[in-house]
Amino acid sequence: MIAHAADVAILLIGLAMALAFWRLLRGPDVVDRVIAIDTLYVNACAMLLTYGIRGATALHFEAALVIAMLGFLSTAAFAKFLLRGDIIE
Amino acid sequence: MTTLIEAVVALLVVTGGLFSFLGSLGLARLPDVFMRLHGPSKATTLGIGCVALASMIFFTVHEGAPSVHELLIIVFVFMTTPVSAHLVAKAALHRRLPARGSRGEGR
Repeated sequence: MIAHAADVAILLIGLAMALAFWRLLRGPDVVDRVIAIDTLYVNACAMLLTYGIRGATALHFEAALVIAMLGFLSTAAFAKFLLRGDIIE
Repeated sequence: MTTLIEAVVALLVVTGGLFSFLGSLGLARLPDVFMRLHGPSKATTLGIGCVALASMIFFTVHEGAPSVHELLIIVFVFMTTPVSAHLVAKAALHRRLPARGSRGEGR
């Protein structure tokens, strides 16, 4: 039962990543693209966790944690750059 | 693993996937930047929270020892998502992106 549920969740998260990627390519403004990247990394993190549940292995957990941390830093850096034109002043 | 726990884990995983999908659907379909910011920053956060909770329950039962390191991801994501959404909203205001229903350019 868990394997089937994880398959459904992986399908849904894959669709979510495809939608976010579409917004990343299309986005009328650069802010839309930043939001799309933010969504992409959170979805990638959720997909790695789901994949770990499906295979009953804790191997993917560290990758998910690293993606979550670096993703926040990159979003903060993008937003700072858009606000000030520089990241470290 | 008992059927009840399997059912709870399966339900949490599917709910998490559904919330992630809805958040990204909002990102793809809503008409302006400020609305598009809402979908991912709320629904997707709840989605990853559900998936991490399911992972916590699953590995606690699967390995027979409490597995709390998924709590790290939950706490980290729930703390950082509002901060990044605030920063991105400030950037959007700074660039004077048009909001739907506003007259002319600006806010």
